[in-house]
Amino acid sequence: MTATEYLIKNGFVFDPVQGIKGDKADVAVKDGKIVKSTELSSKAKVIDASGKTVMAGAVEIHAHIAGPKVNEGRNYRPEDKLFTYTPKKKGSRMAGGFSIPTTFKTGYEYARMGYTTCMEAAMPPLFARHVHEEMKDTPIIDEGAYPVFGNNWFVMEYLKNDEIDNAAAYTAWLLNSTKGYAIKVVNPGGTEAWGWGLNCLTVNDPVPYFDITPAEIMTGLMKTNEYLGLPHSMHVHQNSLGNPGNYTVTLDSLKLAEGIKANNKFGRETVLHSTHLQFHSYGGDNWGNFESKSKEVMDYVNRQKNITVDTGCVTLDETTTMTADGPFEHHLTELNHLKWANVDVELETAAGIVPYVYSPDIKVCEIQWAIGLEIALMAKDPMRCFITTDHPNAGPFTRYPRIFKWLMSVDARKERIESFKHSAKMVDATHIAGMDKELSLYELAQMTRAGPAKSLGLASIYGGLAPGMDADVAVYNFNPDTPHKPDEIEKAFSSAAFVMKTGTPVVMDGEIVSNGNKRTIWVDAKVNENPQVMRDIKDKFLRYYSVTLGNYDVTKHFLSGNPRVIEVDATR
Amino acid sequence: MTKTIPDVVCPFCGTLCDDLEVEVSDDGKTIVDVYNACAIGAEKFMHAQSKDRVKRPRMQQPDGSYKEVTYDEAVEYTAQMFAKARKPLMYGWSSTSCEAQSVGHEIAEKAGAIVDNTATVCHGTTLIAVQDVGIPSCTLGEIKNRADRIIFWGCNPTHAHPRHQSRYSIFPRGFFVNKGHKNRKVIVVDPRVTDTAKMADIHFQIEQGRDYELLSALRVAVRNEPLPDTVAGIPKEKIYEAAELLKSGRFGIIFFGMGVTQTLSKNHNIDEAIMLTKDMNEFTKFSIMAMRGHYNVTGSGQVLGWQFGYPFCVDLSRGFARYNPGETTSNDLLRRGEVDAVFVLGSDPGAHFPISSVKKISQLPSVCVDPHITPTSEISKLHVPVAFVGVEVGGNCYRMDNVPIDARKVVDPPEGVLTDTEFLTRVNKRLGELMGVA
Repeated sequence: MTATEYLIKNGFVFDPVQGIKGDKADVAVKDGKIVKSTELSSKAKVIDASGKTVMAGAVEIHAHIAGPKVNEGRNYRPEDKLFTYTPKKKGSRMAGGFSIPTTFKTGYEYARMGYTTCMEAAMPPLFARHVHEEMKDTPIIDEGAYPVFGNNWFVMEYLKNDEIDNAAAYTAWLLNSTKGYAIKVVNPGGTEAWGWGLNCLTVNDPVPYFDITPAEIMTGLMKTNEYLGLPHSMHVHQNSLGNPGNYTVTLDSLKLAEGIKANNKFGRETVLHSTHLQFHSYGGDNWGNFESKSKEVMDYVNRQKNITVDTGCVTLDETTTMTADGPFEHHLTELNHLKWANVDVELETAAGIVPYVYSPDIKVCEIQWAIGLEIALMAKDPMRCFITTDHPNAGPFTRYPRIFKWLMSVDARKERIESFKHSAKMVDATHIAGMDKELSLYELAQMTRAGPAKSLGLASIYGGLAPGMDADVAVYNFNPDTPHKPDEIEKAFSSAAFVMKTGTPVVMDGEIVSNGNKRTIWVDAKVNENPQVMRDIKDKFLRYYSVTLGNYDVTKHFLSGNPRVIEVDATR
Repeated sequence: MTKTIPDVVCPFCGTLCDDLEVEVSDDGKTIVDVYNACAIGAEKFMHAQSKDRVKRPRMQQPDGSYKEVTYDEAVEYTAQMFAKARKPLMYGWSSTSCEAQSVGHEIAEKAGAIVDNTATVCHGTTLIAVQDVGIPSCTLGEIKNRADRIIFWGCNPTHAHPRHQSRYSIFPRGFFVNKGHKNRKVIVVDPRVTDTAKMADIHFQIEQGRDYELLSALRVAVRNEPLPDTVAGIPKEKIYEAAELLKSGRFGIIFFGMGVTQTLSKNHNIDEAIMLTKDMNEFTKFSIMAMRGHYNVTGSGQVLGWQFGYPFCVDLSRGFARYNPGETTSNDLLRRGEVDAVFVLGSDPGAHFPISSVKKISQLPSVCVDPHITPTSEISKLHVPVAFVGVEVGGNCYRMDNVPIDARKVVDPPEGVLTDTEFLTRVNKRLGELMGVA
């Protein structure tokens, strides 16, 4: 018999949705939803959370956890499994991998940290089936995936002629065909240029043949997004990722959001999400004078209210980089000479993979580490800046608790800085040593729960503990009222005392106890019938795709048994 | 009146053509004709109609004859075999759907089995090379739309992947190569004058087993460094000429097959071919792709990858996944006598493994799940006929470029015949009962 009513009693509750800042409170759960305590019957099972921290389940806004490039990463890096395997247990599968864990491990590890909703950050539409197959095999967590649009031939052709209604009709069709969640843009134009071994390194570099610029693509897709009123804003990985001096390109990209207004029914106020900002906030013009420009970038982000960002914090591990930014991965393999995988995807996108070691003995890596943390510490509005590692690019998601420690403790940062090989040079090139801000648990809840949920347009479902919301709850062995060492933060957030997913306990004392009731989230956008777009689609499939139109659509068969459809009506 | 089913996916080779049209009788029970398929693909559909097809499991008797048994008995035998075995081998997986593979892996976890697919005697060396040096590749539509330099190395698609050249590589008119084959230059490297070689602009009739040398020579030639007078039987002038031809292209691709993966040097050949591809990206755009054989061998590597982290020869016998080609590969295990039961699904090792391995299979408790009577079914203790995936039941498959395509069902299987997934699911359930786990 499973209980359907729970009372999580006497914890220190941190919930930005209700403005609860660590007060002792009870969280009541009934039939998978948060309810008022008065609605519970006497049969409710009591979970004692006294002396512990209680938050909503965390929301991951950007991670590469399912799909073709993630799996190529797994298959081509057997070394990533060394010493990582946990055997099969009662009710859970064997699970392994470090920077690119197996699907089972991905679900289990997120759940153990109290994460209950995760977004796969880049889904090549032609490979959407693969992404859904993996998501179906990822237990516990609710997942959605962002199809990539920024180098799509249809999109570039429509936007070149400023045909927003056609771009919107195509976008709605593609979201439906791939069961996708949002408009993702990766190195707009640059990845198409990579089809010829080229790149677009500024927002004004024309895309070969298509005669459109990255700025036009981003602006057009923001307008398309707001035309449709999708739950999330356009989600962009800007041009010139990872290059010294790229912060000017970042600012040029962010400025494109000026004057564009959010239009949606989901309470989202922003029109652009700039992802893994750490990789885009670099100064200098070579690796010798490489420096942090987090201040310049974050000053702008703090002023410009209609954008959100995530950090992309470097964790100082050996990891596996993977991105739809094909030319960047080629650039990276030329730098570090480690094995390079690449896939160009017809009419749509590309992807590359290269292992990378963020070493505390390399100055550039030390500076990257500082920039990621600076971005989070400089954010004036924690509801618009989210903590990520761009898993696995800047480090594996399993290191989130360590990042929390660095953000919540000056001492932890100081200890880390002092043990860097080039700490003096690193300090000169960054701001981190002079920063005394320590993130509060309330700010942490904003940056990992309420903030990302709001940016995703899911604020009424996820990221909070208000009655009516999904009963995704995490309880940590952390007493905010007693003094603690920095390492205790990391320990507590690595292994939650109790995690509930939609009303089902999934983790107890850090151990997986249930595979939960995972759902796949996707957006069904309705638009007016558009015969021209449908004709264009038929034509391109007939002439240029290598699969037929009839075999492109991801049938419901590929969703987990439990789809969660977010409906949008953009007919007019 | 017959009806025509469009967009049918061909369950034969890694080209995974998805534009077939299958004409079925009005009652939807028989296939009348198959359009757009190659001769092999069409035969795969028509073959499913054969009147002498085995429709019930058969158990081998002590005298070598076969006795028909029920599916219940077959499930029981198979589950008991797994329950008793200490280190069973589960081989094949390349001619079935990803759904079936996934259930097979659950069984493997319970039984502590080794899961290996046909890459072990095919492109396994490629997978090892990719683990060494990576792989710059692309989807087949990219070749169709952009490629103007095509290399076929140690492969003969004209016979092995018959529609590859017309759908993707030589003849199609793509977006940026709108004159089709007139826009493309084709190089074939093969010691034989194959029908593919006959279509080439340049045919390097290489000395057998000298692929590594010629690949290295091309890497030298693209850098304009000196070469000996001949390499692998090819005069150096011809090699420089080929290097210039490749560099002058806008988008090149190397397709390679068993002629390089399973000849002298094996994975080292592929290392070198991939490094040549990487080098070529200094001059122009270049990709490389393995000509995968079975229609879903790629899918087996994918499902193993996301569930366990390795693409083939995954050893679960210790309770966690290990991967060590040479140790955990099927033939090595069989010949060393390390496995105590063999389960084959979606492949025919009886026809393709060395006789020393085949003898071992015949001596062990063994189950062969296959719609056909094959050399493997004839040496196995139990033969379980199942529905044809892609003809009588749908399911996901991965093309040689890793693009997933959902195979379709066009007719019903013969009455009472189970699908792979159904049979495996029943075995999994029974095994769970026998082992006392849910």
